[in-house]
Amino acid sequence: MIGSPQSKVSNARTILGNLSSSVPRSTIYLSNEARTSTGMTASSCFSIRRRIPLRICVCIFVLLASFSCFAQDWVKTGTSLGAEKIRLAATDFKASTQDPKNAELQKIFNDTLWNDLDNAGIFDLVSKSFYPLGQVGAPADVNFTAWSAPPPNAAMLAFGNLGVSGNNVTVQGWLYDVKNPVQPQVIGKQYQDAATADATGTLAHKFADEIIFRLGGGIAGVAETKIYFVSSRTGHKEIWAMDYDGQNQHQITHLGSISLSPAVSPDGSRVAFSSLVKGGWDIEIYSLDLNRLVAFPRMSGTNLSPSWSPDGAKLAFSSSRSGDPEIYIADSNGRSLKRLTDFKGPDVSPSWNRKSGAEIAWTSGRSGLPQMYSMSSDGTNVQRYTDQGYAVSPSWSPSGQLLLFSWIRHYGPGAPGGADIYIMDIASKKWVQLTHDSGRNDFPSWAPDGRHIVFESNRAGGEQIWSMLADGSQQKQLTTAGHNTEPNWSWK
Amino acid sequence: MKQLNLKGISLTFALGAMMLLSACHKKAAPPPPPPPPPPAAPTASLSASPDTVQSGQAVTLTWQTTNATDVSVEGIGAVQANGSQQVSPTESTTYTLTAKGPGGSQQATARVTVSAPPPPPPPPAPTATESELFSQNVKDIYFDYDGSAIRGDQQAALQSDIEFLKQHPDIKFTVEGHCDERGSTEYNLALGDNRATAVKNGLTQGGISADSVKTISYGKEKPFCSESNEACWQQNRRAHFVYQQ
Repeated sequence: MIGSPQSKVSNARTILGNLSSSVPRSTIYLSNEARTSTGMTASSCFSIRRRIPLRICVCIFVLLASFSCFAQDWVKTGTSLGAEKIRLAATDFKASTQDPKNAELQKIFNDTLWNDLDNAGIFDLVSKSFYPLGQVGAPADVNFTAWSAPPPNAAMLAFGNLGVSGNNVTVQGWLYDVKNPVQPQVIGKQYQDAATADATGTLAHKFADEIIFRLGGGIAGVAETKIYFVSSRTGHKEIWAMDYDGQNQHQITHLGSISLSPAVSPDGSRVAFSSLVKGGWDIEIYSLDLNRLVAFPRMSGTNLSPSWSPDGAKLAFSSSRSGDPEIYIADSNGRSLKRLTDFKGPDVSPSWNRKSGAEIAWTSGRSGLPQMYSMSSDGTNVQRYTDQGYAVSPSWSPSGQLLLFSWIRHYGPGAPGGADIYIMDIASKKWVQLTHDSGRNDFPSWAPDGRHIVFESNRAGGEQIWSMLADGSQQKQLTTAGHNTEPNWSWK
Repeated sequence: MKQLNLKGISLTFALGAMMLLSACHKKAAPPPPPPPPPPAAPTASLSASPDTVQSGQAVTLTWQTTNATDVSVEGIGAVQANGSQQVSPTESTTYTLTAKGPGGSQQATARVTVSAPPPPPPPPAPTATESELFSQNVKDIYFDYDGSAIRGDQQAALQSDIEFLKQHPDIKFTVEGHCDERGSTEYNLALGDNRATAVKNGLTQGGISADSVKTISYGKEKPFCSESNEACWQQNRRAHFVYQQ
């Protein structure tokens, strides 16, 4: 776990590489083991019980003993969430040259790095008001005692410098274990890229992801990941993309029709989606390398909600080519079409188990209101996961052990509650509610770190994209322009 | 006294003589010769038929006269004593017939009213097109929440649709499946597909050719009504018929 981290630098040249390959053993790393075994504590059960009448709760308990909230203790996500957070200080990077562009890029770098670390969900960031006086731009500037003692009481310190020279910007960054002055260096990196705002933001993401990887149990950070979504801001529903934090929103498709349900391929090269073309809904595939649609055969009927297999070779989707919406799988070029379900009523929204590739969860209306099911990827071994309310939009976790979905649990006339985001552990069928009393929430999608979730919510009025940690904390709005729906987080 | 009587007698005598004399004179006059009979006055009549026309249309004037030697109609000239003639007035006209004879003259008039020129002929009365007949006669089918079965109260509409479509077997059309705003985008698209297919199946079972029916689902993408209440939601839970050219 503690071995030399793989460099994720692609655009930037790693000049110095890892300044240190020997990582000190510290209590931080030992506590990683403790975190992964502690898992996430769910307190939602108790808050639910307070809000709804006891009678209703008892009825639910009797009808659905296995689903009862009395049985809900916790769900282990294995993502270090809920464990004690590492107390991390991150100082502003110091200018290393005299270039007039330094100030602008410094601000971008410092803000991006801070936000990334704050969003990571595994750090207790030390407030800047506690920081010792004097800028820290290089290892010689570090006063170990001042940082490790109260009030900062930091375990880790991220610092460095940034300088523009000609057309390039050079960043040096370090991560120090300030409670281990003898061998403090955990990370030392140098990056160089074009002296632009975008490139500088990307460098900050890279350095943040390096820190998150090293301190977060070896799980890669998501600062460089993308979110694909549907936006109506141009007047048509088109596929858009943005950085994981809502920055850099840009339009992918220009079809002038209705395009829905984007699903980015595991390698990040293609986006599959469903679009209204020539009087019918078809699966389309857009190449992000070629910046154009690539061939996927037209099929009769309504073709919806594509989902990639984890090897990127197949797509699962819903098609009514037989006259009834059923789940099919096909190669990513549309060949080898195979039907998996055969039951009257809507079968839609498949999600391939992104760890094993052996199972597909989906939404079926075969028994009335939609419920969440899974089956083996050959269509056998059908399991039902919900048996009340309105359960839609399953999304498999990177670990392959959890399903994220949208559920109106108490569905019925006058019933309390709206559509909320839930996690279910597929082995135990225990669930945890992540959103509460906040509008209609749908289309959750996991980040590759398993710690973050993106979803659609109308809590602020129109439908917008929100993100949160997988324990339901740190819910924040990412989009504001037009209506934005159906987010899909990239696989890496 | 004698004188008084004498005066009285003579007065009476005189009066009587006067009366006698005058009466005798009248009886004695020779009878005058009978006057020659006056020439008979002419008679005239004129009629127009029809008396109301549009500009350029023909009117028949018909007249009769008697005792006239000189008959004329103003604007036409001398005419026979009795006759008829067609005229085509372009504006309202009063025709005057003058019949002159030894016994005098007589006039008769006939008024012909010319109405405003007709408006340009209206476009041929629109015989309702197939498309209009389709939208006037074919009724949408409404559904229960989360349902795609055709309700009992919608069977009459479906039967009426089948009757119309049987009479117009050449019409091609699309059945659109729509859903209300509640629920999930993807699930609603699948549900809308079920609704459209349910109506298509109902039509084909009623004898409509499957070749004339296309289906499409719009889920909740194209609502008819955008309020958040049951009345509006019911409007949106429907299979909507669209005529295809």
